[in-house]
Amino acid sequence: MYLAAAVVFVPFARKLGLGSVLGYLVAGIVIGPYLLGFIGEEGQDLMHFAEFGVVMMLFLIGLELEPDTLWRMRKSIVGLGGLQLILTTILVSLIARSFEYSWSESLVLGMILSMSSTAIALQTLSEKGLMKTGTGQRAFAVLLFQDIAVIPILAILPLLATNVIAATTTDTHTLNWVDGKPGWLKALIVFGSIAGIIAAGRFLIRPLLRIVAKTRAREMFTSFALLIIVGIAVLMSKVGLSSALGAFLAGVVLANSEYRHELESDIEPFKGLLLGLFFIAVGASVDFHYIMQHPLQILIWLLMIMTIKSLVLLVLGRFFNLSLDQNFIFSFTLSQVGEFAFVLLSFALQQNILSGETVNLMVAVVATSMAMTPLVILLNEKLILPRFAKKEEEEKPADEIDERNQVIIAGFGHFGNTIGRLLRANKISATYLDIDSDRVELLRRMGFKVFYGDASREDLLRSAGAEHARVIVIAIDSPERRLAMIETIKKHFPNLHMFVRATNRYDSYDLMNAGVLHIYRETIDTSLRVGVDVMSLLGIRKYTAQRLARTFFKYDEENLKKLSSIRDPDEYLSEAKKYIEEIEVVLQSDVGKPILDQDESWDPDSLRREAIENANHG
Amino acid sequence: MNGLNQPKKMNKILILFAHPALEKSRSQRVLLKSAEKLEGVTINDLYESYPDFDVDIHREQKLLSDHDIIVWQHPLYWYSGPALLKQWMDLVLEHGWAYGKDGRALKGKRVFNAFSSGGGKDAYAASGMQHCTISQVLMPFQRTAELCRMAYLPPFWVQGTHRLDTQELNEYGRLYRKLLIGLRDDYYSAGEIEPVDCLNDLFTKN
Repeated sequence: MYLAAAVVFVPFARKLGLGSVLGYLVAGIVIGPYLLGFIGEEGQDLMHFAEFGVVMMLFLIGLELEPDTLWRMRKSIVGLGGLQLILTTILVSLIARSFEYSWSESLVLGMILSMSSTAIALQTLSEKGLMKTGTGQRAFAVLLFQDIAVIPILAILPLLATNVIAATTTDTHTLNWVDGKPGWLKALIVFGSIAGIIAAGRFLIRPLLRIVAKTRAREMFTSFALLIIVGIAVLMSKVGLSSALGAFLAGVVLANSEYRHELESDIEPFKGLLLGLFFIAVGASVDFHYIMQHPLQILIWLLMIMTIKSLVLLVLGRFFNLSLDQNFIFSFTLSQVGEFAFVLLSFALQQNILSGETVNLMVAVVATSMAMTPLVILLNEKLILPRFAKKEEEEKPADEIDERNQVIIAGFGHFGNTIGRLLRANKISATYLDIDSDRVELLRRMGFKVFYGDASREDLLRSAGAEHARVIVIAIDSPERRLAMIETIKKHFPNLHMFVRATNRYDSYDLMNAGVLHIYRETIDTSLRVGVDVMSLLGIRKYTAQRLARTFFKYDEENLKKLSSIRDPDEYLSEAKKYIEEIEVVLQSDVGKPILDQDESWDPDSLRREAIENANHG
Repeated sequence: MNGLNQPKKMNKILILFAHPALEKSRSQRVLLKSAEKLEGVTINDLYESYPDFDVDIHREQKLLSDHDIIVWQHPLYWYSGPALLKQWMDLVLEHGWAYGKDGRALKGKRVFNAFSSGGGKDAYAASGMQHCTISQVLMPFQRTAELCRMAYLPPFWVQGTHRLDTQELNEYGRLYRKLLIGLRDDYYSAGEIEPVDCLNDLFTKN
């Protein structure tokens, strides 16, 4: 049921450019108790189960982050994250106070509502390819700090419980090791378990992974990976910490290990599925009856919370060097209240800090704010960001008038910028498209003609002059975006010559299937150059080595075409497996091919034979 | 034969060596080896320095300026040198530097071909199989030298390479080394060099 709903709505949302998060949410609302009623009470259980998706996501994020990187980010984590939390808490508390909540209630609400949704924010950012940009990094820093902050907040909440009598009666269903123990012991257990995770990651999990990997049973590896995550999640919740944080920690510890990519590709599908369920559950938990009964109240809170959060983030983003357009993305992406709020709210209810009435109201506000986020981001993209682009264009009208560049380069990362530099060094001007506004700004300062935005959008291509250009170089990172771009170009600008970057062989196949003629595998030339230098060092003449490499290159390109035609394009394989199988096929097809020394140029042997024959006859 | 005991000066010799597939050439390997580790002799291996044909003009011009005697050492391909040697000439011998009104950088230097060919002396004659002499074949090199105001010396010629055995090849190597040392030390007078068809004859006649 859930899957069916997701399959129906997610592709639809993507087609409309709304992102899959919104698709899942809508799916959840539709099948939820208030529209079709397919899920009723069990929605709440589903939510708990699906929260595992968030845990897995943080594990994966941890895997991407080596400890060094994390250490380098400490300033934005503590500074940006800390300030966001404190300022938002204060502002929300003040406002809550003016709504006639008591001081302690206000403070609790402030803390709870200052949390943002890791799941929604990170999923949205990575879908838009913004994780590696300034926006993504800072958003991540804020979210990470919030995750860490959950620990002290959980510790503070009981202290704020004014109703002492009620507070003692609740602990029946939280099977928690730390409850009822003195403060110092609690701290000891908490730090002990964090240290335990780090130590286990180093000394226990890695050797175990090695043993499991040796069995060569893929399911074993997958189940072991799942076991690690589940184990950590259980341990962390036993000691009263956020299991997402624990998973993140374990991820960071394993980021240096040789099994990083293997773990990534194993966990990825589970994460995607559970996260999708999580979003559906959020959608389903939006209590429309309650909203109908208190529409005004919820609307006021919703607007207020999202405005305050956005404003605080906007101000902080300004101080932390985000350009205006990036700052808007940053602020709106984090403007909702996150899934931790559900946990904290129910905890606050147990502790009798908040009344059931308040908690109900807040759960509705949180859920609607999460549901609103994709819409807010969409509005930002369609209404606010284009204004900036226009404003910047108006500043330099000279660029626009006569000059029509024959070349468009999409993507100014390490691949595109070399092409751009070569052309520029030879006075060939090109128009650039890039999605990273830091780079866009730099390029504009350097006098390049640059457009900010998703290069697969037809309107952006049109304004970049795709109708009149002769060539477009597609040098962006993401294979999916590249394919999307190719489709757009084939449809709207069929006369444009496409020169396309390919990540690897598999990617090249997709491009060939898409009908691209000029495909450039990004590492083949470099690898061959290394091969040439190695041969040269071994004593093979440089010119010969180069000719051998060129012969090999031609052979390899031919082989690529051949293998492409016998490949089954519908077959689905995981990335890592795909790669290994591909290598196997390639290596097999290499066997027995006389690649080396195919030609007989400058070979005097036959001449010599003839000369000797002639001498014998004469 | 002057200066036998005390050479007047030591000439610096630059060998511009061009072979696209040295691993396949017995004769050129022997010649190159014979020229190695000789004081005053610089070997400039063109195919090894410029496998992509991207000749460094400034480096080459500096090398030429720093030497007195230039040797084009190469196999004879289609009545000429290998492609990179031609590329070298096209790029390095610039107008205004090597030739033309102000092009005097090479003036007075001596230059010759040290080459190997499949055919022998009997083939390279008006009545022979090739219907022309070897000096006619080498005319483009000679004219190049003369246009650059250099003195063009007779060639050093490894003949009939396909039929040579190891011993004969090594003998060519020995002579080549002897020739380079002699030219370096000004052992041969202009009067001795001028009348010979090939520099090889300096040894056979004495």
